[in-house]
Amino acid sequence: MLYDALIAPFAEFEFMRRALVGVFALALGGAPVGVFLMLRRMSLTGDAMAHAILPGAALGFLVAGLDLFAMTLGGIVAGVTVAVGAGFIARATQLKEDASLAAFYLVSLALGVTIVSLKGSNVDLLHILFGTVLALDNATLYLLSGIATVTLLVLAVSWRPLVLECVDPLFLRSVSRAGAPVHFAFLTLMVINLVGGFHALGTLLAVGLMMLPAATARFWATDITRMIAIAIGAAILSGIVGLLVSYHAGVPAGPAIILTAGAVYAVSVVLGPVGGLRRRLVPGRHLEA
Amino acid sequence: MRLRTILAALAVLAGAIAASAQEKVLVVATFSILGDFVKNVGGDRVALEVLVGPNGDAHVYSPSPSDAKKLAAAKVVFTNGLRLEGWIDRLVKAAGSRAAVVTATKGIAPIEAAERSGHKAEHGPDPHAWQSVANAKIYVTNVRDGLIAVDPAGRATYEKNARDYLAQLDALEAEVKAEVARIEPERRRIITSHDAFGYFRAAYGVQFIAPQGVSTDAEASAKDVAAIIRQIRRQRIPAVFLENISDPRLLQRIADETGARIGGTLYSDALSDEKGPAASYIDMMRHNVKELKAALTS
Repeated sequence: MLYDALIAPFAEFEFMRRALVGVFALALGGAPVGVFLMLRRMSLTGDAMAHAILPGAALGFLVAGLDLFAMTLGGIVAGVTVAVGAGFIARATQLKEDASLAAFYLVSLALGVTIVSLKGSNVDLLHILFGTVLALDNATLYLLSGIATVTLLVLAVSWRPLVLECVDPLFLRSVSRAGAPVHFAFLTLMVINLVGGFHALGTLLAVGLMMLPAATARFWATDITRMIAIAIGAAILSGIVGLLVSYHAGVPAGPAIILTAGAVYAVSVVLGPVGGLRRRLVPGRHLEA
Repeated sequence: MRLRTILAALAVLAGAIAASAQEKVLVVATFSILGDFVKNVGGDRVALEVLVGPNGDAHVYSPSPSDAKKLAAAKVVFTNGLRLEGWIDRLVKAAGSRAAVVTATKGIAPIEAAERSGHKAEHGPDPHAWQSVANAKIYVTNVRDGLIAVDPAGRATYEKNARDYLAQLDALEAEVKAEVARIEPERRRIITSHDAFGYFRAAYGVQFIAPQGVSTDAEASAKDVAAIIRQIRRQRIPAVFLENISDPRLLQRIADETGARIGGTLYSDALSDEKGPAASYIDMMRHNVKELKAALTS
């Protein structure tokens, strides 16, 4: 019974196992990046960047069809261009970074839709907007696990300055000049994780598996290491449950995964021990000697 | 003087052209495949208008005012019947047409439409009778008789054209049968979402199995994909022609996981345009058999 519900789908079908591996890779890479984005109050930046990736992926699609390499390269180039461009304008002019990013990604999104409709039908656009976690081939899995590996390595190497820039950027600037390059490396990590996620989940949903587990983790831990571990765990859980829901209930897989992540988040909002609703409304007893 | 002669000559010429244009019999066919039959039988003597053109779907067609105009002017209207064009009778009446309406499937033994899983259950005859070449020959004789009835003067032409075309259809039928015979009998089955091949199955013994529980949504669920894979494995189906799963990556995954081959496009309800692989009825049947053979022969 329990075996049929939880294990059998993965044992019987290769596409389910592949989807599972893909979700694991996405969770390992994306969730830590999401935690840092959240701590730096850049939660919506991920969403903006996901849209910014679209024209690059669309250009790749226009040149080579549904080709993994072309669409990945296009997405990364577009994402990095927008991130760097928005950052540059924010520093060189009086415009704030959020406004310049909004300007960049809106133009970028419109450009992407235009490029897609130049060639393909609406169905083709849907392929880009909604990826196919059920159709991950070897090349895509290598790409996803490669991205996760690179992400974890880079995070390990730049851990200290990254954490410092989250909690006290002025102090970091006073003791080190690593701030700018680390910031740039981090933005690049965000872009490649979104590009990887967009192959599996599509541009619209890729950011969901990045931010929702991070927001979830905030309610369960105060320590950043623990927060990242919880975020990864929540993302993996959402992936497994989402795939099973898609399998048993016939819901499209990508939305099912993100909706599960959303449910986990909702539960955490209520029950989370760190600033959750229950804690706020029903305070625990004070410690008594 | 000379100018006047030239003008007179021109006037005569123009009159002659107008006369020859008038002599053409205005004919309407409801959809592209029937139109192809009429073109082959009528030849130069008819001016043909097709209501549902290449790549159009006669099932869900909505007529336009210009179609009514064509009908009003027509001397004869060819329809498929068997409830393919539910709209044609009303349209003929609404257009105030005095055209003779000829049902091209007259004399064909209809088969029951296959029940569709998940779809709205449609009972009644399967209208796609042209998918058997033997039936196509009946279409052609009906078209011939219909044309002779409204244009007796062209009898000799129509009979000759029909004879020539029927000979081509005989050759086509022999060819289709020979090609299907080269596919091993136990491999003669595919999964396809088309439900238009009942007559093809009856005539040539290729099974067309409907996929179970597949939605045509933008994104297939894991349940859909699992159902298709299970069905392919259980029924040992060698090839899949699924055009409603439009994502090539997903199709490739299904193929990799089952060992089934992915077939190309089958034309069922309408011809392709001029440049396509199924610009005429004969091309369409050849194309379909070629696709089937390519996917099914080991």
